[in-house]
Amino acid sequence: MKYDSKTGRLVKAERLTADVYDFILDCPELAAKARPGQFAQIRLPGHTLRRPISICGIDRERGTLRFVFQIRGRGTAELAEFRQGQELEILAPLGNGFPVDPDKRTLLVGGGIGVPPLLGCAAELKENAVAVLGFRSESAVILEQDFKAAGAKTLVATDDGSYGFHGLVTALAEREEFEMMFACGPSPMLKAAAKLAERRNVPCFLSLEERMACGIGACLGCAVRLRYAQTDCKFPFGELDTKKGARTTPKLPDGQKLSNGQFVTKETLPPDGWYYGHVCKDGPVFDSRRVVL
Amino acid sequence: MADLRVMVAGVEFQNPLIAASGTFGFGREYSEFYPLSVLGGISCKGITIKERPGNPPPRVTETPGGMLNAVGLQNPGVDHFIEHDLPWLSKQGTKIIANVAGNAPEDYCQTVEKLNDAPVDMIELNISCPNVRQGGVQFGTTCEGVYGITSEVRKHCKKPLMVKLSPNVTDISEMAVAAESAGADAVSLINTLTGMRIDIHTRRPILHNNTGGMSGPALLPIALRMVWQTYQKVKIPIVGLGGISTAEDAVEMLLAGAAALQIGTVLFTDPYAPVKITEGLAQYMDKNGVKSLSELTGGVKPW
Ligand SMILES: Cc1cc2nc3c(=O)[nH]c(=O)nc-3n(C[C@H](O)[C@H](O)[C@H](O)COP(=O)(O)OP(=O)(O)OC[C@H]3O[C@@H](n4cnc5c(N)ncnc54)[C@H](O)[C@@H]3O)c2cc1C
Ligand SMILES: Cc1cc2nc3c(=O)[nH]c(=O)nc-3n(C[C@H](O)[C@H](O)[C@H](O)COP(=O)(O)O)c2cc1C
Ligand code: FES
Repeated sequence: MKYDSKTGRLVKAERLTADVYDFILDCPELAAKARPGQFAQIRLPGHTLRRPISICGIDRERGTLRFVFQIRGRGTAELAEFRQGQELEILAPLGNGFPVDPDKRTLLVGGGIGVPPLLGCAAELKENAVAVLGFRSESAVILEQDFKAAGAKTLVATDDGSYGFHGLVTALAEREEFEMMFACGPSPMLKAAAKLAERRNVPCFLSLEERMACGIGACLGCAVRLRYAQTDCKFPFGELDTKKGARTTPKLPDGQKLSNGQFVTKETLPPDGWYYGHVCKDGPVFDSRRVVL
Repeated sequence: MADLRVMVAGVEFQNPLIAASGTFGFGREYSEFYPLSVLGGISCKGITIKERPGNPPPRVTETPGGMLNAVGLQNPGVDHFIEHDLPWLSKQGTKIIANVAGNAPEDYCQTVEKLNDAPVDMIELNISCPNVRQGGVQFGTTCEGVYGITSEVRKHCKKPLMVKLSPNVTDISEMAVAAESAGADAVSLINTLTGMRIDIHTRRPILHNNTGGMSGPALLPIALRMVWQTYQKVKIPIVGLGGISTAEDAVEMLLAGAAALQIGTVLFTDPYAPVKITEGLAQYMDKNGVKSLSELTGGVKPW
């Protein structure tokens, strides 16, 4: 079984900032299978749809998963009401995680509530991680100590300069040397991060969000525009050829089956050489050259 | 354990629960949870003669007691379905219903012809998708339209033919009568009810399609009423769906007049719902001395 829906007990439920919460859930079977960058669909009593939240930490020894989330609407506000000792049902681990290579110096670029999914990568990369984390202001800073404790070189930027570097994370990132980049955050930040990676000719993987229903690839709800690529089947763990930029005219895999099971013919090809893939199954982590941001 | 078998249009389902089209893909994702043989059947994602890319996102959002979707019939086309999905699906020990959509009568007929020799047990004619301008709903909202497309497809279809009806009409039972007189072997109802949500900060509809189809528990009373009204008008079996999420809901739907059931949105809340509903149904039967589910069909005692 790749994923399953299980009920676990909250061993920790704390508030990190005015609207960000930190949960640790006891769920050994799911924790044993989880990878950094994957996510869970959290069931909320009285709600039809589950809420997708990234896995922030994996502790296989204790059999726990960590989730850090922000109140954004009714569902997350209700989730924040849960206390230590209460039970939550989650469907996990879902999607493809980040292709972490502990031997590669990896830049982790996080913006706001996009920071948590990167912590699991830092835990595996240890001293080979450089984390550049951006927040609105000092009061919104989260997980800085956790990244440091994992061994990452950790740099913080704030929009208003109230803490750390005054400016954008991507400006901080410019000064760093790295062989790989992982990013999660608001879409302007992702675009800037992908540009930087392209200039440096370094592989870049982005974690994306989209509204979801099933979370497993059955309902086709969480569409994302993906470019055609020939090395489709192994994505995102396949060979990366950084010299073949995706911004060249894509080769049409005529009559070939794509990773999402779609069948492509020249006749049915959507405009500009892209098709709708799905964040929950094809992602949420994507090679930056594959997604149309 | 109670005998949960039901018959619809000459097809025997091992239990009355069929996964609703569009919520179960082609089954693979849910086979991670349980063997698909726990279901009576699977209605596959709506398929068309050619691949369709689907609508831009956002395609789904939550609503009180349900959700909206505007997926826009994204599917790989009937040839791909037959070649790549059916060989696996038809070996899973459950009945397979192919849900067919299209722009024009010719599309429907061609698609259905391709399926005549494929291992599917039944065709579900989707003339009720509200999310694509040309998704067939133009045929599904008038009696003449329903009659016309059903009789046209009937000529080309060798499989049992079920017509899926739209609730976005003044009297759904009239549509069922039209389908029956055009030669349908069964009807399934209801498809989604057209709805809308608006983001008050951006003033944009949440769905990129502006409107979408509402499904989920909030639909149950409407679906029950429509199945009950239709049961009084037609002789062909009714497959009831819309908002079923518990065994109790399932019993209500049978009592209203359904011979079999479909479940969709509840799978997103709880992927194990089919297993739980089937168990609950068996318990209800044992407790109430029900020997066959057909005893329940239409068994409501109106005031
Ligand atoms: C793969 C993935 C990982 C995520 N990881 C995290 C995380 O680690 N921490 C965190 O705080 N948030 C995360 N999010 C965003 C989180 O899912 C939304 O903030 C949350 O669903 C909002 O629910 P709500 O009921 O509070 O908001 P409402 O606006 O009331 O929700 C209405 C509906 O829209 C959906 N929705 C609204 N906003 C989003 C959004 N941004 N993304 C997806 N669905 C949305 C909800 O799930 C719900 O179905 C992630 C999203 C995805 C897709
Ligand atoms: C995401 C989604 C996709 C759907 N796609 C289809 C489809 O392709 N064809 C179809 O006939 N109905 C489709 N439906 C409608 C369902 O099959 C069903 O009629 C409806 O959801 C009501 O049942 P429920 O409340 O149990 O979900 C879709 C519903 C959802 C939620
Ligand atoms: S949420 Fe159903 S396909 Fe992604």
